[in-house]
Amino acid sequence: MLCYYHRQAFDRDLEVIWAYVSAFLARRKLTAVAFINGLKCRECGREYPAEPLNVCEFCFGPLEVVYDYATISEVVSQDSIAKGPLSIWRYKDLLPAEGDDPVDIMAGYTPLIKARGLGKQLGLNNLYIKNDSVNPSFSFKDRVVSVAATKALEFGYNTIACASTGNLACSVAAHSARAGVRAVVFIPSDLERGKIVGAAIYNPILVSVDGSYDQVNRLCSELADDYPWAFVNINMRPYYAEGSKTLGYEVAEQLGWRLPDHVVVPSASGAMFTKIWKGFNELACLGLLDGVDSSSFGVDQNTAHHPAVTTKMHMQQAEGCSPIAYAWANNQSQVMAVQPNSLAKSLAIGNPADGIYAIKVIEKSQGSAYAVPESEIVNGIKLLAETEGIFTETAGGVTVSGLKNLAESGAIKPDDLTVVYITGNGLKTIEAVEEVVNPLAIKPSMRSFEEMFEGAK
Amino acid sequence: MGKQRVKFTFEETLVKQPVIYELGKKFKIITNIRRAEVGEKVGWVTLELEGEEQEIQSGLEWVSSTGVRVDPLGGDVIDG
Repeated sequence: MLCYYHRQAFDRDLEVIWAYVSAFLARRKLTAVAFINGLKCRECGREYPAEPLNVCEFCFGPLEVVYDYATISEVVSQDSIAKGPLSIWRYKDLLPAEGDDPVDIMAGYTPLIKARGLGKQLGLNNLYIKNDSVNPSFSFKDRVVSVAATKALEFGYNTIACASTGNLACSVAAHSARAGVRAVVFIPSDLERGKIVGAAIYNPILVSVDGSYDQVNRLCSELADDYPWAFVNINMRPYYAEGSKTLGYEVAEQLGWRLPDHVVVPSASGAMFTKIWKGFNELACLGLLDGVDSSSFGVDQNTAHHPAVTTKMHMQQAEGCSPIAYAWANNQSQVMAVQPNSLAKSLAIGNPADGIYAIKVIEKSQGSAYAVPESEIVNGIKLLAETEGIFTETAGGVTVSGLKNLAESGAIKPDDLTVVYITGNGLKTIEAVEEVVNPLAIKPSMRSFEEMFEGAK
Repeated sequence: MGKQRVKFTFEETLVKQPVIYELGKKFKIITNIRRAEVGEKVGWVTLELEGEEQEIQSGLEWVSSTGVRVDPLGGDVIDG
């Protein structure tokens, strides 16, 4: 037994040494770099080199990427973007990883569809759906993971890891397979079957943790300190989160380089919500929107707000896990953590890392946050499927029901240009809607069919 | 000896309780506060704990038992 543990410790030490050697060699090999200057603490402003770090060593605040916008503005244009690949890497100059040879399974450039059926139902004449459920691993997570995986390889890692309630697990496993590196994926044991299979098929090391949400969370936090892996949402987080900006870029490009009046966005940690807003403002400040003059980013790149960006940001959470919406509704300056208990597991993040920053975006954009009743989630899934032919997961049900609320309350006017983000695919959460399976059961005869068909009419 | 970074969140009824002082007295743990905010109804503190792994574990279990919420730094590491 003692020998066994010694062997394990030896293997782990060897892995640590190898990770450092690989990182050193990889950095020497780099001939081109992304247009970034490093990382900066969002709270105290201390600066760090672009390393696998996510927390300020002094004040423990979150680190964010600092861009070299002066150089970016010289190289990026609507034309340069249009000539790029049909994936998020068409925006490579605006992403924090070297984009010439990314880990790319073609995430992004998903359809933006005029929603005539859903729009008619809700009284909205100018409604569009950003259908991100058709990404390669069937959720928007492919955008963030593609950036994180590319950055992880740049840093020389040979293992990519995550802790996930499903969609992220699928995406990390898929991108690791594409990159030819090991994936270690931690999931809670009560996850939906579609998400477990959707991750396992790529042959990661899949670890199903039998414990409470808090226990899984704490375990993974400790593991990230001990193992020399690229944890996409921990030590890769500053780079990973930036991938969500492409949801803002694409909508603007697909609308003909203009911004919508409203966006309706599901939210868990608040990161995607804040990054869509950041994406809109980057485009404006860099002069990439039609009829909008470029402007300075000001002293803090992360809070830059170009006056031409007037899009109202509407956040949707499920009532069973709605810490940000609760803080917004109660005018609180802090977001209190909650114990998640929601059908929408992909939104069930009880202690949202970017909650307070998301509230600032709501304030600045004059948007809103809403906690969708749990009983409305399945109705939202069905409404989207029956009016638009798009099958979304529970998070999408939250978003569509939230949109319905905004339309009914008059917060969105009939002719306002509105984009609703559908971020995950319904095949991952079929358990939630199994009640719809109610076929006409017949004998193999015309008579049996006609009898049943008449009854059904 | 090891280190662990955590966030304690205090609800209104617990704000007056000297939990961090008691943590250092009851357990062999060095506490090092890095950032904090105390509002009307809630307060939070981020801090680094230094000590033997088992001692930190026991200390955090005691903190949780007082009703103070203990979270990893920087929000949940589980993602959607």
